[in-house]
Amino acid sequence: MPANTSSNPYGIGAAANRVDGRLKVQGKATYAGENLFDRAPLIGWIVGADIASGTLKRVNTEKAEAQEGVHAVITYKNSVDQKPFGLPEDTQRFGQSRAMLNEDKIRYAGFPVALVVADTLEQARYAGQLIDFTIEPASISLLTKHSEAQVAPESIDGGYEADAGLGDIDSALSSGQRFNMTYTTPNQVSAAMEPHTSIANYDGTNLTVHTSVQILASAVDCLASTFNLPKENIRVKSPFVGGGFGSKLGLHNDAILASIGALHLQRPVKVAMTRRQVFHNAPHRGMSIQQMAFSADANGKLGGVQHHSAMPMAKDYAFAEGTGVAARVNYQAEAIDSKHRVKVVDSPMLDSVRAPGDAIGSLAFEAAVDEIARSLEIDPVDFRRNNIAPVHPITGADFSTNNLDKCLLEGAEKFGWKKRQHTTKGTKKNGFGVSLGMRMNMIVPSEASITLQNDGQLVVRTDMTDIGTGTYTILTQIVAEHFNVDANRITINLGDSDSPASSGSGGSFGASSSGTAVLNACEALSLKLSECAGLAKGNELVQLNDNLVIFGKGDTEQQHSLSDLLGNTQNNALTAQGSVAPDEGNDNYAQYSCAAHFAEVEVDTVTGEVRIIRQHGAFSAGRILNHKTAGSQLKGGMVWGASYALFEELQQDPRDGGFVNCDFAEYHFAVNRDIGDVSLHIIEEPDYKACKLGSKGIGELGITGSGAAIANAVYDAVGARVRDFPITPDKVMAQL
Amino acid sequence: MKPFAVFPLHKKHDLVQVESFEHSRFLAGGTNLVDLMKHQIESPDQIIDLSGFEQAYDITDSEQQVTIGTMVSNTELADYAYQQPGLSLLSQALLAGATVQLRNRATTGGNLLQRTRCYYFYDTTRPCNKRKPGSGCAAINGFNRNHAILGTSEHCIASHPSDMATAMTALDATVHTCNANGETRQIPVRELYRLPGDTPHIETHLGADELITAVSIDKTPRGTHIYQKVRDRSSYAFALVSVACTMQVKDGIISDINLAFGGVGSQPWHAQAAEEYLRGKSATTELFEHAADVELSSAKGSGYNDFKIPMLKRTLVHVLTQASEHQNQHPEHEGAIYAR
Repeated sequence: MPANTSSNPYGIGAAANRVDGRLKVQGKATYAGENLFDRAPLIGWIVGADIASGTLKRVNTEKAEAQEGVHAVITYKNSVDQKPFGLPEDTQRFGQSRAMLNEDKIRYAGFPVALVVADTLEQARYAGQLIDFTIEPASISLLTKHSEAQVAPESIDGGYEADAGLGDIDSALSSGQRFNMTYTTPNQVSAAMEPHTSIANYDGTNLTVHTSVQILASAVDCLASTFNLPKENIRVKSPFVGGGFGSKLGLHNDAILASIGALHLQRPVKVAMTRRQVFHNAPHRGMSIQQMAFSADANGKLGGVQHHSAMPMAKDYAFAEGTGVAARVNYQAEAIDSKHRVKVVDSPMLDSVRAPGDAIGSLAFEAAVDEIARSLEIDPVDFRRNNIAPVHPITGADFSTNNLDKCLLEGAEKFGWKKRQHTTKGTKKNGFGVSLGMRMNMIVPSEASITLQNDGQLVVRTDMTDIGTGTYTILTQIVAEHFNVDANRITINLGDSDSPASSGSGGSFGASSSGTAVLNACEALSLKLSECAGLAKGNELVQLNDNLVIFGKGDTEQQHSLSDLLGNTQNNALTAQGSVAPDEGNDNYAQYSCAAHFAEVEVDTVTGEVRIIRQHGAFSAGRILNHKTAGSQLKGGMVWGASYALFEELQQDPRDGGFVNCDFAEYHFAVNRDIGDVSLHIIEEPDYKACKLGSKGIGELGITGSGAAIANAVYDAVGARVRDFPITPDKVMAQL
Repeated sequence: MKPFAVFPLHKKHDLVQVESFEHSRFLAGGTNLVDLMKHQIESPDQIIDLSGFEQAYDITDSEQQVTIGTMVSNTELADYAYQQPGLSLLSQALLAGATVQLRNRATTGGNLLQRTRCYYFYDTTRPCNKRKPGSGCAAINGFNRNHAILGTSEHCIASHPSDMATAMTALDATVHTCNANGETRQIPVRELYRLPGDTPHIETHLGADELITAVSIDKTPRGTHIYQKVRDRSSYAFALVSVACTMQVKDGIISDINLAFGGVGSQPWHAQAAEEYLRGKSATTELFEHAADVELSSAKGSGYNDFKIPMLKRTLVHVLTQASEHQNQHPEHEGAIYAR
């Protein structure tokens, strides 16, 4: 791990503790469920539909309304005016109207039929079950087989085309040895630790919503659109987010319903989803059916790579995952054919879950590739090294940087790949697996301001969010390094829509986008300070030292007192803006972060149970802004990938379109005891083509490819190749 | 809001003072009941709070038996049983269940009466004969991965989720109860539960006013104890299948065998047919396979849980093999095989 280049403990790259850590452990961080309004909120309870599609024929709310403590029962009959959901012009999914309780149509199982607003949760919940309603059911459409997915989506998340390829795939697949395999992945949810929660208030003019959301500017657009309100009358606050993972990119039912309640009653209304409600009232990741074909010569050189993905898409909500993009970039081949098709289904909202496309695409694709290596009896690490691409396989663009081969080589070395030993302990056999991952890097337009106050404090404002990733900390580090000041002189204000609009958190673009905007703001502030000091342009600011501003070094050093410099400014403070936009010049380069994953598992040959012994990840993602938070994110991703390989599966009942296992007892994800040693190392190479900071996206890299290493290790241990994720004991047992 | 009354019970004779037991529930650790109340699956008019039930927190050890108070936590019981070779099956089962946090709250009596984890039982928007008698069973033709293969009916295929109760069943524990008239009785745990039949909402033979006060286990030598639980993840997951077994082998002959299965029955499943088949015979793999077939002859999968039949057979044969081999090598062995 490269040492921090500056002596500042909060310099860029330092493994610095979270600046908001103390607030969080003291319970003082104001998450969405903490009331920040003057008046205690009323509590809203969601009553949901029991079938995925149909028309509400009868809804009787009298009994509920008569209950003690109930202030209102809101249904489509008495709800506030809203712009209908799913109008053709509404193409921006985070900003589009999210109207609900506005018509008698049921859009999905669990779709809100009524909102009960009462003094207490218990009152609202009890009254909720007294609402008597009948839905005339309509037929339910779900994706059950590959051929049903016929629609080519207009675009794929991340800006990809639905179809991409290279060369003559039929001809390439007909030479050498051919491999065909179909993998499936199930519905999955992120179900972040903090369930979706909002408290809204409406004072007759202004709608204020405290919520848990990853991107604020589009949340304002969404509320403006849904309720036909001017944007300037809407404020969204989300200073702390207890995990988002894509499920909070946009606003969901809690925010809309709390707003409906507030608009209806003109006082604060809180809607906090229960864990069970999160499964239907917030988005999930759809299941996928991934048909693949490959050809390879006897030396293991890939000829053709074909990946046809079938996935569901929610009605009137244009989101499709790039499940096949791994096939477009992981390896070079004579011909590549990657296609995505969707079927519009009657499911709850389908949207991003960490690493859309890649998380489940790499899971299937890297397991499929492993099948080829094993069939040809080529070491899976060598097979991959032999096939990875020197330039982007389809576009031919140079990579801005690409350390994939180094990740495989160094990762194998640190993991001890060549020294791996198969052992049998009682009924348990161990096995080893490898996989790789490539995750596209993006910059999204972002703005920030920084203010130097006359007390010496530097205050950053941006509507960026910290979803547990460490944004508060890395932005502090960027400012601390630039002005060479202690972290305690820096205040980062996030999660307020009144602040300059940022990228928000998502798509692994948050740190580089918002960080570059803050860096640019710092540079602009330096320049303004130089001007105040009457210095020639380019006389670089070095340090803020107590109440002194020190310019230059050695012979050219000049000191000015803060009060002198700020004396003639408005409010005795100096503010500068910074922004960033995708750099078109550098877009000629293919920008990716990359990973090599290694895993050892133990499989019980009686029961088929799989336990993980260890995982190692080798990652390259440009310059690391904070080795501690980056490492934590990568490890979290590795663990989640393992969880996809072995555990996670959200079951949907085809009879009513609703999910079945809506709690943490039955929606299984990895627990501590399932996970063995998790280690990683980072091959750090700043990528200044990616952004001025040299950093690249990291949030989705850890999960990309990590599950396939587990799947491949299971095969290595006992010869069981499970193509229907997750790899549960029954499926392994069936192959023993 | 539906209010409920709380009756604090301090000693078992306080039951006499309870006016009515209609829509009444005993509250012990609350790890299950409170959850069910939050989901409005249980909505009692009255809670009889056992937290102050002072006589019920002790484990007493006599020459013949160990008696465990109904409020003894799973954690305490697991620790106690770990130190007693004759109870090690119980310790293994308890430690395989839930999480430390849950075991700290969950109680001995409460765990015997744990409700099913059937997904449809937990979902108030869907039919369930156990939750709402007569509404139908969504699980039979639905997603039924965690459901029972033994003892089911056309009205209910829910499985009993308790690990502890499975071990208690194998150990032939006795449930001690007291009712509102002050009458006490002892029920073998193997006779505590009712098959679902057409009344799956009635799960035991206990009266509405009948409180489990303690559970006792005879201190007889039972040989080698093995509790093997197969589950989707290594902690905080209910059993796909589990096997609780104690076995004594003398001169190659199975002289004593106790067997119960978890995760597969509508109640903790006493594998009586398999026991009878095995008892007095010489321990061979073939015998074990036949014993599994005998017990599983009535097993019925519902689709997603079909795998439980071969999984139970494999696990049972493995457990029986382990136990008999250990008995052959260590003829007087009592308790768990801790160092494998």
